[in-house]
Order: sequence, then C-alpha cells, then structure tokens
Amino acid sequence: MKKLFPPTLHLIVTLVWLIAASYLIFLYAPQEATMGEVQRIFYVHVPSAWTAMIAYFLIFLGSVGYLWKRRDAADDFAHGAAEIGFIFCTCVIVTGPLWAKPAWGIWWTWDARLTLTFVLWLLFVAYLMLRSYVINPGRSAVLAAVVGIFGFVDVPIDYMAIRWWRTQHPQPVIAGGEGSGLDPRMWVALLVTWGAFLCLFAYLMRQYLRLAALQREVTRLRRLRSSSQEA
Amino acid sequence: MRTLRVISAIFLKDLRVEWRHRETLASMCIFGLLVVFLFNFAFEPAREESLRLLPGLLWIAFAFAGVLGFNRSFAAERENAGLEGMRLAPVDPGAIYLGKMLANLFFMGIAEVVVVFAASLWYNFSFIPSLGWFALATFCCTLGYVAIGTTFGAVASNTRMREVMLPVLQFPVAVPIFIAGVESTAGALKGDPIGDYSYWIKLAAGFSIIFVVLSYLLFEYVLEE
Repeated sequence: MKKLFPPTLHLIVTLVWLIAASYLIFLYAPQEATMGEVQRIFYVHVPSAWTAMIAYFLIFLGSVGYLWKRRDAADDFAHGAAEIGFIFCTCVIVTGPLWAKPAWGIWWTWDARLTLTFVLWLLFVAYLMLRSYVINPGRSAVLAAVVGIFGFVDVPIDYMAIRWWRTQHPQPVIAGGEGSGLDPRMWVALLVTWGAFLCLFAYLMRQYLRLAALQREVTRLRRLRSSSQEA
Repeated sequence: MRTLRVISAIFLKDLRVEWRHRETLASMCIFGLLVVFLFNFAFEPAREESLRLLPGLLWIAFAFAGVLGFNRSFAAERENAGLEGMRLAPVDPGAIYLGKMLANLFFMGIAEVVVVFAASLWYNFSFIPSLGWFALATFCCTLGYVAIGTTFGAVASNTRMREVMLPVLQFPVAVPIFIAGVESTAGALKGDPIGDYSYWIKLAAGFSIIFVVLSYLLFEYVLEE
C-alpha cells in the first residue's frame, strides 16, 4: 500500500480531485431553478453528511473489532474515524443553516433530518470528550468502544423516533417523487465531490493511523529507556 | 438461580446503603422538585398552558434527577473500592449490571412519584383519571433511561469531571426516550384514546429491551481494569 500509493501521491490526487470538484460545482453544474446560485452549497453539504455517516459506521466497526481482538490498530481506526467524521459532521451543521436561511427563510428548524444530524454531531462530541477525559489512559480504548457501540445502535431508533415526531420538510431533494429528480450534470458534480471527500477522508485517516502508531512507538521507547536507566 | 441471587444481593445492598446514607434519593427528589419549582418562574403558566407544558417539565425534571442518581451510584462504589470487590467475585458481570440497574430504577421511581405529586399539587392538576396509562408510559420510558444511565454512569465514573461527562454521554443517546416520554405522557394526561400514542410506549419498550440486553452483554468490558 505504502509503496504502491505513497501518502504524497495520495495528497496530490486528493488536491487535484478537490479542484476538479470545485470546477464541476461552480462552472459545470447548471443553476438551480428556484434557489439560484445558493443551491451550490448542496454539493458540499450532502457529500459531507454521507461521509460523516460512513465515519460513524467505521467507529462502530473499529469498536467491535477492538473489543473482540484487542488490537490497538482497531482502536486507532475508531478514534481516527471519530475525529475526521466530527469535522465532516460539523461541516454539515455549518453549511446547513447557511443554505436554509436563503432557501427557507429561517436558519434552523427542528425537522427530522436536521434534528438527527444534530444528534449525530452530539454523539461524535460525546465520544471524543470521553476519550480525552478518561483518567487512566489504558482504559480509554475499552470505554470508548462501549460508547461507540451504544451510539451506533441508538442511531436507527433515533431515526424512527424523530421521523414519527417530525415529518415536515425533508423529502423533495434527491429521490423524492416525480419531477424532483436532479439534473444529470448535478448528479455528476455531487458524486465527484463525494468521491473527493472520501479520498480526503482516506488520506487523513492514513495520516492519523501513522501518527498513532508513531506515538505508541515513542511511548514504548521512552519506557524502555527509563527502565534501562533504573537498571 | 445463582444469577438471580447475585442480582438481588446487589439490589438489596444498594437499598441498604441508601437507607443508611439517605444521600442519593434525597438529592434526586430535591433536585426534581427544584426544577418543577423554577418552571413556575420561567414561564408563569396559566392553568391551560401548564397542562400543555407539564409533560415536558416532568421529563426535564426526571432527566436531571436521574443523572444525579446514576452518578452517585458508581461514584460511591469507586470511592470505597466497591467495584474491585465486585470484580473479584466469581459472578457474571451482567448480573451486577442488572442489580445496579434495578436499584437505580427503584430510586428513580420514588423520585418520580415525589415530582409528579408536587407537580399535581402546585399546578392544580389531578393525575388520577389517567393514572394507569400514565404510569405505564412513564415506566417504559424510565426503564430505557435507567438502562443506559446505569452503563454510562459506570463509564463516566472512570473520567475526570464525571458530573459533566455523564449528561454529555447520556442525553444524546436518550433522545428517543425523551420524545417518547413526552409524547406518551402528554397523550395520557389529555385523555386521548390509547391507540393514538401506544406506538410511543412500544418504541420506549423496544428501546429498553435493546439497551438492557446490550448493557448486559457489554458491562463486562466497563468493569474490567
């Protein structure tokens, strides 16, 4: 992996892909009929949301993997997915109101999707806060794994509860009823941007895993040195 | 059989400790009452308004009182090295969870009765006509809330600033319980036919079952050192 596709090359690919996506977003995709230019925020908003959800699933996989096999790598995987996913989820929460104000005339409404995204964001915050507040660092991986699994199991129930509680706004956007479909060029811009985000996600994840492995190595060497000094 | 003995031993131990201290239950009840009391200044509700706001008020009071109780439940164990003792005992960790959970459920139930009684007194509202469905809805939602609260209480007892950490962990996961709790108790208080809100009670019951089972399975990892 490292030889075949070195991190530097990965970074370059990511940057080029992001630039290409910007071209598609601003110049290639047609203007939306009713909302006008502001609708272009959609190409950032929706792929960020999809990426954040994938990240949440990866936390779950890492957590289960860690409790099962007790490999540090699985824990790093979950932790990295949480940190990077949190950034994407924040992106969704920030771009949402920016788009909602001109499109709907309000910054925020407690409709199903918004509420669910907000809950997801809070779950990311809880997971990351827990990781940094555990007293004994050796315990943080196990506790975070338990919380990661709880949060993941909770999301579908949340979805159901919030759906029943509020079903006003969400349907029309992508796969709604007839006449609500996207222009093919919009699909291209959307999917290419999502691809770019996933590529960025993978790059950050690689760097995170490398960093975590290095940190562990440093801790190990320090301990070795101090024990040899004592002897 | 053995599991049942462990569960009842832990449950009775928590009750006995509480009987000698009277700390947890007293603070839960007082805190719940304070929320109901402050509500009056926050909204100055007229009678009709207070009926509309009452379910939300009750669930805010329950939520905060609960967090207080779950925190105490494991903080006390940690201070007195009670968890070490339990870990050393050759018993199923899931049974320890169930014992603690039942004790928390018991305390929560008493605190809820006190809060509901005070709310009905101060806001001149009788719960008697709708008591059956109201009690069922509250029980199902409380069970779910206590199920996750006991596990997260144990998790949070491992952290600095656990008083902050517990609600941060607990509230986002408990969102379905809050919604179901407010909607179903509101339905019961208004005297709606049960069919109009029974799906909320079912949702809460499903949530409770899922998280009791999940906690039972994962509690072993929370306890280990």
